[in-house]
Amino acid sequence: MSYLAITDLQKHYDNYHALRGINLSIIEGEFVVFVGPSGCGKSTLLRTIAGLESSTGGSIELDGRDITELASSKRDLAMVFQSYALYPHMTVADNLSFALRLAKVSDAEIQEKVRSVSASLQLDALLDRKPKELSGGQRQRVAIGRAIVRQPKVFLFDEPLSNLDAALRVQMRLELARLHKKLGTTMIYVTHDQVEAMTLADRVVILNAGQIEQVGTPLELYRKPNSRFVAEFIGTPKMNLIPADKITHKEDELVFDMFGHTIHFPAKRIKGTQPDSVIVGIRPEHLTLVPEGGDLTGRIELVEHLGSEAYAHIQLQNDQTIIVKAGARLELKDGQEVHIHVDVNEIILFNDNDQVVSVIPEEA
Amino acid sequence: MTLNQQRKLKTFITGLFAWTIALVLFFPIFWMFVTSFKTELQAISIPPTLIFEPTLDNYSEVQERSDYIHHAFNSIVTAFGSTILALIIAVPAAFSMAFAPGKRTKDVLLWMLSTKMLPAVGVLVPIYILCRDYGLLDSKTALVIIFTLMNLPIVVWMLFSYFKDLPKEILEAARMDGATPWDEVVKVVLPLSMGAISSTALLSIVLCWNESFWSLTLTASDAAPLTAMIASYSSPEGLFWAKLSAASTLACAPIVVFGWFCQKQLVQGLTFGAVK
Repeated sequence: MSYLAITDLQKHYDNYHALRGINLSIIEGEFVVFVGPSGCGKSTLLRTIAGLESSTGGSIELDGRDITELASSKRDLAMVFQSYALYPHMTVADNLSFALRLAKVSDAEIQEKVRSVSASLQLDALLDRKPKELSGGQRQRVAIGRAIVRQPKVFLFDEPLSNLDAALRVQMRLELARLHKKLGTTMIYVTHDQVEAMTLADRVVILNAGQIEQVGTPLELYRKPNSRFVAEFIGTPKMNLIPADKITHKEDELVFDMFGHTIHFPAKRIKGTQPDSVIVGIRPEHLTLVPEGGDLTGRIELVEHLGSEAYAHIQLQNDQTIIVKAGARLELKDGQEVHIHVDVNEIILFNDNDQVVSVIPEEA
Repeated sequence: MTLNQQRKLKTFITGLFAWTIALVLFFPIFWMFVTSFKTELQAISIPPTLIFEPTLDNYSEVQERSDYIHHAFNSIVTAFGSTILALIIAVPAAFSMAFAPGKRTKDVLLWMLSTKMLPAVGVLVPIYILCRDYGLLDSKTALVIIFTLMNLPIVVWMLFSYFKDLPKEILEAARMDGATPWDEVVKVVLPLSMGAISSTALLSIVLCWNESFWSLTLTASDAAPLTAMIASYSSPEGLFWAKLSAASTLACAPIVVFGWFCQKQLVQGLTFGAVK
């Protein structure tokens, strides 16, 4: 049963339609990540759930109760802000206990809760300090502690790690994942960083221009994107997209013509009408450099060595650059001509409207 | 010249300039203070007497002729009373304008400021008649009300510009933590803006203390603050410069001492918003 149900949620600013009918249902204990490019409405959606923005249509139900019109203070949600938003005039202990004091929890209980939360976040030694005396990572911990201490129904995170440096971000990401395992509380997390989305989420919600583009587990989104937008957004480096303007229909196969090179694709795998032109999507790890033959040829423009692997940027005849994942030990020289094998089974096809062409998976 | 010498010369010239302006501004007060220890004859002699035997006669005469404590008390009541009243009105007003602005908030702010552009004498007659009809002439109540209205635009503006700079997320965090709007103001905004509020209050007190137009026209003796007392020394019988100076010195003294103690807040209050 859904715990948080969002139905046809709308948000209009003066001349701007920020949320265009969001439908989403989240089950209890789930870790859901909203991800999308800036301006896609992910933060607005989170803030509308929080009640910090009012919606202009639709409804939000939490645990069987309609909270659409309820004040933020009564929703029983906790939020961690990008800027931490600690109370600068209060000590860490007071920051942690603020919500409990407002809720008139007894002193003894407050002390006990603050103690246990500060212990679990390694804040015990800092309880008497003011926020300005803390480092970024410590502030982030206090902000998270302030949310945990209340035992809310849902945690809302608004890009909580984007102000931290790279190393700390990775560490805090792990801590958040552990925290979710330990608490089992429903969490909604907004980020523009797809790596955070992939690593943390049970389910990822991809937003684009105020609408949900696709919802699914990280691997579903990676392997079976619904649209070109999702395919390009998820995965680093990006999926290669090569236009095949001419398609020759043969008996049982389609021949994609890509500036002289051809790829043969079994016709029976395509559901519905056979397309006249497609965009061929293929991830860098599904392309292989081969000594000769291959489906495509190109010239190496640049090689990025990451140690465990290397990414070769290869310029094709049509001047488009594609990325191929190559072994780290492969000797590659700039300007060298290479042959590329395409794993046809891993191809994803998009039609002219940037939607995916339904394909029946190849049987193993 | 080396770079270091250039820098030293620059510092010297800036310093000289600053001191010159400071001395020019300070001179009238210094002269008033010196004159208050002269006899009336020395006070008006030309060229001015620079070396003289100081006398306290003026002060004792001022004390005899007017009740300094009475006027000082009126000044304190009107300055502090109107400042407190202005803050009570301005804090919620500035809060809502800063954190929940509407489409017309900017217009309202501008309109409030525009009332300061109207010369006070323009509303003298209606206000005088209102005070007369409500029996408020020569009452501290009238002065407190007028001073409050007079300073309200400035007080709202100063608080507004400070509140506007408070990070919105802090209030949102409080809201998520279960704070009502009242909690937000009392437990978050006020503690965070004590500095701004005290410097605003200080400025308002100084402005009220020095106000003379309304205190001269609306009071006679009962409610007359120090400014009215000073003015009484410029009488039809002639100007008594030495006594006038003594009265002025007495009137300035409390606020100068007060200002000295609160210098830090005062400077902060006059410049915040300008430099962050």
